[in-house]
This record gives sequence, structure tokens and C-alpha cells, in this order.
Amino acid sequence: MKTLLSGNEAIARGAYEAGVTVAAGYPGTPSTEILESAVQYKDVIYCEWSPNEKVAFEMAAAAACAGARSIVTMKHVGLNVAADPLMTLSYIGVEGGMVICVADDPGMHSSQNEQDTRNYARFAKIPVFEPADSQEAKDFVKIGIAVSETYKTPVILRSTTRISHSRSIVEFADRQENTRSIGLEKNPPRFVPIPIWGRVMRKKVEERLGRLGEAAAASPANRIEWKDRALGLVTSGIAYQYAREVWPEASILKLGFTYPFPDRLIREFEEGAKKILVIEELDDILEQHIKAMGIECVGREYVPGIGELSVPVLQKSRARLEGREESGIPAPKYLDRLPARPPVLCPGCPHRGIFSALGKHDVVVTGDIGCYSLGTFKPLDRMDIILCMGGGISMAHGLDKAGEKKKVVGIVGDSTFFHSGITGLLNIVYNKGCSTIIVVDNRTTAMTGHQEHPGTGMTLMGEETTAVSIEEIGKACGIERVHTLDPYNVQETQRIIKQELDSDTPSLIVSRAVCPLRARRKVGPIRRIDAERCRACGACLKLGCPAIDGSQKKPTINEYLCYGCGLCEQICPFHAITHTEETAR
Amino acid sequence: MSNQETQSVVLVGVGGQGILLSSEIVAQTAMKAGYDVKTNEVHGMAQRGGSVIAQIRYGRRVYSPLVAKGTARVLCALERIEALRYADYLAPGGLVVVNSQVITPVTVSMGAAEYPDDAERMLREQFENLVYFDAAQKAIELGNIRAANVVLLGVLSTGLDLPVETWREAIAGCVKPAYQELNLKAFEEGRNAAA
Repeated sequence: MKTLLSGNEAIARGAYEAGVTVAAGYPGTPSTEILESAVQYKDVIYCEWSPNEKVAFEMAAAAACAGARSIVTMKHVGLNVAADPLMTLSYIGVEGGMVICVADDPGMHSSQNEQDTRNYARFAKIPVFEPADSQEAKDFVKIGIAVSETYKTPVILRSTTRISHSRSIVEFADRQENTRSIGLEKNPPRFVPIPIWGRVMRKKVEERLGRLGEAAAASPANRIEWKDRALGLVTSGIAYQYAREVWPEASILKLGFTYPFPDRLIREFEEGAKKILVIEELDDILEQHIKAMGIECVGREYVPGIGELSVPVLQKSRARLEGREESGIPAPKYLDRLPARPPVLCPGCPHRGIFSALGKHDVVVTGDIGCYSLGTFKPLDRMDIILCMGGGISMAHGLDKAGEKKKVVGIVGDSTFFHSGITGLLNIVYNKGCSTIIVVDNRTTAMTGHQEHPGTGMTLMGEETTAVSIEEIGKACGIERVHTLDPYNVQETQRIIKQELDSDTPSLIVSRAVCPLRARRKVGPIRRIDAERCRACGACLKLGCPAIDGSQKKPTINEYLCYGCGLCEQICPFHAITHTEETAR
Repeated sequence: MSNQETQSVVLVGVGGQGILLSSEIVAQTAMKAGYDVKTNEVHGMAQRGGSVIAQIRYGRRVYSPLVAKGTARVLCALERIEALRYADYLAPGGLVVVNSQVITPVTVSMGAAEYPDDAERMLREQFENLVYFDAAQKAIELGNIRAANVVLLGVLSTGLDLPVETWREAIAGCVKPAYQELNLKAFEEGRNAAA
């Protein structure tokens, strides 16, 4: 059967066909849909959203140690969180196959940095596979599981945004069940990396790497496409697709199993091609290795390492290589007359109430990763620094201890709180901090498309479970001042925030309102602006609500966009914003 | 298959306008017509009311899933100024389908930028092969504003060499049974608008 699948859906299908029975992960664009798609096979694959990538990694690792086939999914920065178990699982190895599915985001479409996950493969001394389309994404999970079992090593599948979120045609195959009996073998020297056994494992890792290099050279995931031998391109992943379009006549060493480096194949290619150009997205990992082999090649001086590649980018590379000027396509004629359209907090977003209330205070706000990152933009402009998941809490404490003169507020989301916010909160209490921490709890992992988390009371498999209380965790960490508020209630929100900013002891404010997109319903009746009462003071425009149009003299509310949250009605000093009790649209 | 060359289609709009369903219908039509197909869509951060683009390419053998600027045979905008923003994707003489709808960007609501009041003039000046109309109005006349995107697809379909029957089949397969009739009518309406 042929189906049009995204790279992420294809990875999930690959896991199904490979006989995987355990799949875990933490949502993160562009990786999220792997598990969301894998759960369609929940009759045979146990799937879970874990609280963070480290936990997901460890549970999938243990499953593989016990002989099960597993996958774990995350975005590139998630692997930083899971790097600790990654480095040592390389030593312990696995019994059942384990594929670590990591999606990089060249071009930073939805990420705070660019990272090339292939560095982790080399760092951890484990294989990495780089699919170039959805069919390969599926096939490489299966090859990955086989390599993982043969060499008893976890393997990485490195996707990128353009693999994960592009769709192409995939041919399905049947599922191959894992025939191992599941259970952890009683064998401490095999599974316990205390120094005496760890040193033995260390040597085995190097031996394994040598054998894997041979396997890579012979792998069906790598191939040479001989055409004109004047120029040979070495490339991997999505870059292959662009390269093939820009150089239809060139020979290509197309790599899918890129680490350990397939040296034998690289030599064979070098002997047949007159000149070698290496084309890789982000870091120059292949190029540096090929040069270290003593082979003359070019790469980075023609192919940029910042941002993502594309056909136009490589057309420029080709022009430079051939000593030509590439004119490129001129920018759209009227581009400078078009208003920018940045992403914004949705109409009715509960985060808006918190940012609006914080706007009344001269405070420093340490932020975090989620929809609420959008609170950075004007007119809300209420987020001053963002580092990483959970960092909003720990950084507030750091600023306080450094002697920041202003009051500091840390903001974190609900899913992010469970991900890595709790330890920061614990630190504030333990080390006598005084920060005000706000958890903007919209009852879902919103930015990545509404995934469940430990606070929602539902699992990925669609089962009801214990909904863990953020307030109770705060109290258990030792926070005495714990408050819950409704961010749509302006007065209450302002009162509690002011009261807690004035306090010298740490406090935890849980701002709770479900994401209206998640709930699939409007918050309340739609609002209208009475033009006669409106004095055009601009107070409502400071909410940055997409439903309020301030482009004319007096603002108006778009009734189709309004979600009826009522914030504007409460902050209008002239009572010009009203509603009737009609049902929300 | 009649055409050996890879064909590119670009759909643009504002996050939340339902661009993904339109992209799915184009891709399914091309696949059912026997072509190799690749698509690319924006997820995550860019969906929150931001400017969005979906790209579809089909042909005998498609490599890149991304449409290179200057190569799109059809550019379809679900919001009027988005057509101007992505104008550089269009191949010379390509078909431009624009929904006259206005969605005010937050930068305009805040008073930090202006929404051009002569957008229609700019569109007519810039695109020689332009179909510009109120798809939402047409959809409302058919009984449901949500069919607006399929009205646009009806126009878009006239710029590609995919069989009409295959379009119908793909639409029927992509929408819920209860909405099939509505969407097939919307598609016809679009084809008529193009004529």
C-alpha cells in the first residue's frame, strides 16, 4: 500500500513494522507527531508522554535492556536533557533494538537554537541514520533496530524539520514481531557501569565503533550514484534532495548511515570522482572527517553552515564553485509596504491576563519555552530573558541572588513545570530565595499542539490517570505562599500579583485556565466596543489581542475572532466595551 | 501522466485558516493522478496567527519538498496581502488565486504598521494572471463559510493539469462524509469563478 506520510508519521510506521513495543518521548517541534502517530498502534506499542526527555530516554533504554524494541522521541534540545543517560547507555548497550529519534531544526523555525545532533552520535560513539524522505525515515527505523540488536548499541535517527514535516509517498510492509522473551538478564558486569566493569565496557565501545564503520560502508542506507565523475558530491539527509536538483548530472555519495563514517565507501568514491564537494546541513562533520582521511575536498567555503539549506542556497553554492554570479530572485515588489505578521498569543489566550497584569509593575521577568514566550513581543513586552525548559524558575533565583535591583518574576508553563521546573522551585526554598514564580497552567502542552502531561489527568493512550497538582508539589517543595488565580479575572490577578511581589518570601502563583483552542470553545460572550463611549485611549490595544483592530481612529472588535475572554471589557477605563448574554459563537 | 516536469504549488495564508486541508487535497489529487508528490507545511510557533506557507510539488520524480522562488505554477492566498508577501515564489505567467479576505495583523491593530488600503490595486498590477474574489461570500451562499478554501481550490485546479474527476475524488476522501456534497459544490463554484 502507498500512502502520503510526513517524516514523523513514517518514523512511527517504521517503529510499528520493526516490532517496537515501547515508545516514549516529550513533545517538541518538529518531533511531536512521531508519538502522536505511533499511538494509533497502541494495541501493540505502549506509548507515553514522559515528563521530560531524560525520563523518556531512561524508560525506553531499560525496555531495550530487557529485550524489548523501543523508540524514544524528542527535538534536538531535548537530547541535551537526555544526554546523561545517552552517554552511559552507549557503554551498557541494549538487547532489544533502540532507536533514539531526534528532530533537528535548522533555520530555527520553532527553536531557541540550532544544533546538529550528529555531534551527539560521535560524542556517545553510537551510530546515526539520516533519512532523506519519508520512505527512508520508515526504512531507517527498521535498519536502525537491526543494527542496534546486532551490535547491542542504541542508535540515533536524526531527522530535521524538512524531513519531519514534509510528506512523501511511503510503501507499507508487515510488522516483524520481536521474538525475544522480555526480562532483564541477571548479569551485573553487563548492566552495571561501576568503574571496574565500566572500564571493560569502555574498550568494547571502541571495538564496536570499528565494526560499525564496516557495517556503515556495507549498509543499504549508503550508496553511490555514479554519473559524471568530474564532480562528486558527498551528502546526507534532506541535503541530498537539494543537491540532486541543483546538480542533476553529478555523481553523489548519498549517506544515510553517516556515523561511524563509512571510510571504505568514501575512499571508493574519492577514487572515482575528480573533485569532491561535501554538502551537509549545519556542522561540517563529514567534511572534517574526509579531510582528516587525507582526501582533498571542499565544503564549508561554498555551502553555508548557518540556517537550513535549500535549492536556491545550493544554486548560489554552485555558482560560486563555477566562478559565476547567481542573481537570484528579487524580493516581492511591495514587501516593504506589507505589515509584518508575527505569531501572537491567540484571542482568548489566558496568558494574556498575566502579562497584562505584570505590565503594571517594573519587574524583571525570566521566561521559559512555550506559547508564553510570545509574551516577549510588544505590546505585552513582559519577558526579559529566556534560556531553556525550566530555566524560568532557576534564573529568577539567580537574578535575586546576584542582587538584581528590581523584583524578579519567573514564568513557566504547566508542562514545562513538570518537565524541569520542580527542581528549580525546590532550590528557591532550599537556598532561601524570594522569587515570585507564576505557573501559567493552561492544562495542556499548548505550543506543540496540545499534548497531555502529568497535570492533565489523561495519558497519551487516552486513559484517565491521576492529575498531579502543581499547588501540592509547590507546598511539598516547601513553598508556603501558594495561590491559585483565574487569569481572566483582572482584579483578582492584579491583587495577587501585587501582594506576592511585595512579599519577602518565595511564592508560587498558579494561573489556571484551560487553553481555549484545547477546550475547543470560546471563553464567554463576544465583546463589542461602543463607539460613543470609546475615547480612543488605547488601553485595550495594549492587550495585543488579534481580535481588537486598532487600525482606525477608534478600535473595533472582530466578532469572528473574539473568544469572549472579557479582559478588554474589564480594563477599559470608560466602560465602552460591553457584551450581551448571547451564546458565544 | 502527461507532464514530466515537476510542478510546484504554493498556498499561503494566516495560521488557523485551514491551509493544511487545502494542501492535503492538492497532494492527494496529484498522488491519485499517478505522480510522485512531496509537500511541506509549517507547524509549531508559526501557527499562532502568523503568516504561513504550504508547498506541494508533483511530477515523475520529485526531489526537494520545498518550492524554489520563481517556480510556482500556482500561488493561492487565503488572505489578500499574503499573496503579495510570497509573490516571489510565482513562476512567470503563473496563476494567482486570491481570497479578498482581510485578516488584520497584530502589528496593524497596535498601530505599529499599516494595512495597505490599495492591496487590490497592487495585486492587479503585479499579477497578470489573477483571480481575485471573496471566497468566504461564495461559501456563505453555499451554506457554510468553512467551504471557502475549497472554493479557492476550484479556481486553483484550473491552473494545473490534474483531471477534474481526480480532484473530486480527493476532496471526497479528505472531508467528512457529511461535508462532501458541500465541498464538491464549493469546488464547482470555484471552477466556475475561474472561467
